[in-house]
Amino acid sequence: MPLIGENLGHYYQKDRWIIKDTNLSVAPGEVLGLSGYSGCGKTTLSRILAGYISPRIGRVSIGHKTLERRAFRPVQLIYQHPEKAINPKWRMRDVLIESYTPSQDILDAFEIREEWMNRWPVELSGGEKQRFCIVRSLNPATKYIIADEMTTMLDAITQARIWHAFLGICKSRNIGVIVVSHESSLLNRLCDNIYKVGSGG
Amino acid sequence: MQGVQEGLNVRKKMILLLAFSSGFLLVILFLSFWLSNDNLRLSSAKNLAPNLEHLFGTDWLGRDMFTRTIKGLRLSLALGAFTSLLSVIIATLMGVCAATFGRTVDAVISWLIDLFIGMPHLVFMVLICFIAGGGVYGIVLGISLTHWTALARLVRSEVLQIKNVEYIQISKSYGKSAWFIARKHILPFIFPQLMIGFLLMFPHVILHEAALTFLGFGLSPQTPAVGIILSEAMSHISTGKWWLVVFPGVLLVGVIKSFDSIGEKLRILMEPSSANE
Repeated sequence: MPLIGENLGHYYQKDRWIIKDTNLSVAPGEVLGLSGYSGCGKTTLSRILAGYISPRIGRVSIGHKTLERRAFRPVQLIYQHPEKAINPKWRMRDVLIESYTPSQDILDAFEIREEWMNRWPVELSGGEKQRFCIVRSLNPATKYIIADEMTTMLDAITQARIWHAFLGICKSRNIGVIVVSHESSLLNRLCDNIYKVGSGG
Repeated sequence: MQGVQEGLNVRKKMILLLAFSSGFLLVILFLSFWLSNDNLRLSSAKNLAPNLEHLFGTDWLGRDMFTRTIKGLRLSLALGAFTSLLSVIIATLMGVCAATFGRTVDAVISWLIDLFIGMPHLVFMVLICFIAGGGVYGIVLGISLTHWTALARLVRSEVLQIKNVEYIQISKSYGKSAWFIARKHILPFIFPQLMIGFLLMFPHVILHEAALTFLGFGLSPQTPAVGIILSEAMSHISTGKWWLVVFPGVLLVGVIKSFDSIGEKLRILMEPSSANE
């Protein structure tokens, strides 16, 4: 059941279209890259695909069914800034198990240590928090993951390790991944296909 | 930078202070039940300055001021706590509803807030108090129904500010219910404001209780309540009976201060950024 966006268009101010006539589809297990210059609508497009905002025209569907609003959304979005994506008043353990309880294998794959669990979010670095965000989006019910500039703030070695672990799990569960980045070398390395936002294809 | 600390750390000191404040309040509460009502009878020992038998002296009817003050504080505290709680609950409900249920509800609640602020609230309180039949009941209803507005506005703006934060949107994408989000994400965020609102209501309630009683709509004059004691004592201060006003006043300030510090300490202890100090 591929994730399909048909004829998507969106604007924030009337008639100033950020994206228009956008068609794209991701198959399960596929890794699609979204590239484009800053401000071209990459984040808007990924928020539409993940169901955070509904497009002004067009529709998003998985296997001909549109997304349900109230249930768990099978398309999960990982944000660029983990410090905004985590409630600062929760301990990391609560953050992690808000959607489901991950197994020890997944925690080991991302090198999340047991002693981080009882800390507050302010006591971890951005990269450590981002690993928690990745793990909590890997719910058993997740079918697609959109990684919006997921590793931009990390150094090259950590980036490589996180992507390796992340794509390994996605491949084994047949999860479709959309990688959003403006860094073409990263996209060329990771993706099966690359879609350029703002050029119509 | 802090080096290795010796002795108590900040957290332990805070817990000690917290225990001291709560202990102070508990002692007053305990004393108020322990002291006998007989001390409130009229006696021939009138207008005595503070001595060993009457720690706070006696008033012009021979009543023991220590007993009156402690019992009065208990009543005022209970009244203050209950009224503040009621108005904080109203404010939270109104504020959260205004911020989450769309424009129409927001407009209605904002209009209601403006209505309550626009009315002179003493008049409003007297009216509600009169309808409810005076007494403790009237005071609680009168004050709590007129004093939720400022806090409701604050809650509304706080909720509006946090409502579209990323971690709440993520929580929604996990299919969490509105109730879960309100309880786990929004309430902890507005809790400090609620706490401060609650504590600031306290002295307000005690003053208004005195005002209503003074106007004849509140408690009956023989009831020992701090407001009544203070307003009666004010008329005797010019004749040199300072003990009638000084001790109840000082104790009232002490009680309110300890409530304040309990609230403040709790807030700091719960704040994640100070968890290690």
